[in-house]
Amino acid sequence: MPMHSVKLAVFCLLAAIVLPIVAFAAGPIEGGTKQPLNMPAIMMFLAFVVATLGITKWAAARTKSAADFYAAGGGITGFQNGLAIAGDYMSAASFLGISGLVFSSGFDGLIYSVGFLVGWPIVMFLMAEQLRNLGKYTFADVTAFRLDARPIRILSATGTLAVVAFYLIAQMVGAGKLIELLFGLDYLYAIVLVGALMITYVAFGGMVATTWVQIIKACLLLGGATFMAFMVLAHFAFSPEAMFKAATAIHPGGESIMAPGKLVADPVSAISLGVALMFGTAGLPHILMRFFTVPNAQAARKSVLYATGFIGYFYILTFIIGFGAITLLMGDATYYKPGADGAFDKVADLLGGTNMAAVHLSSAVGGSLFLGFISAVAFATILAVVAGLTLAGASAVSHDLYANAFAHDGISEETEVRLSKLSAVFIGIIAIILGYVFEKQNVAFMVGLAFAIAASCNFPVLLMSLHWRGTTTRGAVAGGLLGLVTAVAMVVLSPAVWVKTFGFAEAIFPYDNPALFSVPLAFVTIWLVSKFDRSAQADKERAAYPAQFVRCETGIGAEGASSH
Amino acid sequence: MTSDTRARLETIERDPAFHEFVARRRRFAWLLSSLMLIIYFGFIAAVAFAPQSLGQRVGDGVTSIGILVGLFVIVSAFLLVALYVWRANTSFDQSMHAITERSR
Repeated sequence: MPMHSVKLAVFCLLAAIVLPIVAFAAGPIEGGTKQPLNMPAIMMFLAFVVATLGITKWAAARTKSAADFYAAGGGITGFQNGLAIAGDYMSAASFLGISGLVFSSGFDGLIYSVGFLVGWPIVMFLMAEQLRNLGKYTFADVTAFRLDARPIRILSATGTLAVVAFYLIAQMVGAGKLIELLFGLDYLYAIVLVGALMITYVAFGGMVATTWVQIIKACLLLGGATFMAFMVLAHFAFSPEAMFKAATAIHPGGESIMAPGKLVADPVSAISLGVALMFGTAGLPHILMRFFTVPNAQAARKSVLYATGFIGYFYILTFIIGFGAITLLMGDATYYKPGADGAFDKVADLLGGTNMAAVHLSSAVGGSLFLGFISAVAFATILAVVAGLTLAGASAVSHDLYANAFAHDGISEETEVRLSKLSAVFIGIIAIILGYVFEKQNVAFMVGLAFAIAASCNFPVLLMSLHWRGTTTRGAVAGGLLGLVTAVAMVVLSPAVWVKTFGFAEAIFPYDNPALFSVPLAFVTIWLVSKFDRSAQADKERAAYPAQFVRCETGIGAEGASSH
Repeated sequence: MTSDTRARLETIERDPAFHEFVARRRRFAWLLSSLMLIIYFGFIAAVAFAPQSLGQRVGDGVTSIGILVGLFVIVSAFLLVALYVWRANTSFDQSMHAITERSR
């Protein structure tokens, strides 16, 4: 796309986004469930939008080849990629959701924090360097390295799109509600805004813009969370024990908040959740894609080290923030919606729900300006995650499905990239529509479902194709497909969907998380079907393992990092 | 892939030192993975089967054993990754370099 038309398009989009906000801000404040307009938050968010659109413009000028578009030309350093991974991974759900969970039930929040982190060592030890050495733009490049490209890419693209779809719906609905609450903007307007921005980042700036949006967001989020945790600890003279003591004294749950509580009703649910969190991380397509943005395996390694450090640090902060919210909010009626008699439930009646604990805390420790900052950071957090998801989805369509599975005559790089940009626009529009359709639905199960699919389809196929010589296309497709279908079916039949969404009296599958069953099922199926696969194609694939093995371990012949 | 690269890959594949080294490196990677799995699922098993034990106080304060165990899992995840990176930087990369250089 010529430079001037990109500039013009970015300018028009910018105008389209900013003008209505200004117009809206000037107008009267509407009633209803919305909050009054939060001007400091809107100004800081606008500053973020202007900065990221500027970066997008700069990135668009540098995005010429397919390698630039999908993988930022392989020119991201290990440290930058570590930050970008953290920015891609730390969603608003983990910031507001986990601190909210700690606020409502204490220790239970830590179970999620730990689970979201422990997938990273597995990614490091078994996948990160291998991905960099074998792949090019998507993780399907790796699974298709020696297996039959067409079926395996269709499977991997299906797994990618399923994860992206559920993750994206959850993020869009969350974003709409959050923005309605934080900024006082309409739900529909909020999701159109999020959709338009993510399309702009991805379609114009590709991986370069997406990476920098994620890096900036990671810095803002880590900075904001550090300040909040610092203020909380300072309040207790840096004694966690004093903080816990104050929390158990004021929380209605008393000392029970220091132990596992209601979150894990039975052992099977606890273990199943654990499996999904740990292995789901290792199968998230937008995360795996980030390993192709660095020049070599050493940088991939470094990325995981930094990412694990930042993410682990962040989860410790959210825990402190959650306890800080208990101690600083529960004694102050201004953060609550009291009943007719002036009494309120210290957990359930928090203004905007328990997920707003961190936001209210920001006001308690830093005043209205800092509240504005944290609100803007929460919005930026969503944008960085949805941009990563959109890029992963668009790459699956253009690179895996079109260029390498369905187009019979080799298509040009320009066509492929153009198609990818189109897909990003298309995915963005669908995300806006689905975000609107699902507004009133309970979508809390969707992030869990995305993790379950990633753990049951993408992860087993990738791990087995990398580490087991015997893996054949038939085995991988059968196992991956079965994992995917089982995960989806079990979630549909679970209490979270069958009872809470569809309204049936009793769930057919008793557990909310399928991973404990679907992940082993996928692995066993891949192994069993591969074992009994006597086709000539299977022999060829097993014979191709040594070549894959040598490249995977040495990095010799790995896709040139840079296209320049 | 150039024929030159292909020839190099084939040379390396025939090198017993390569296989011996990679087996060592993969053993280390799987060992660390197993450690992480044991630590994490140990924590999950405690949550699932013995939640009360995690709720016990440490010393006189209200801080529970569970908080310390959770913190330990987070820190251990980072330390295991750091250990792998340190080993790779100080030893694995040199060994691999020596093997790949021989194939030129």
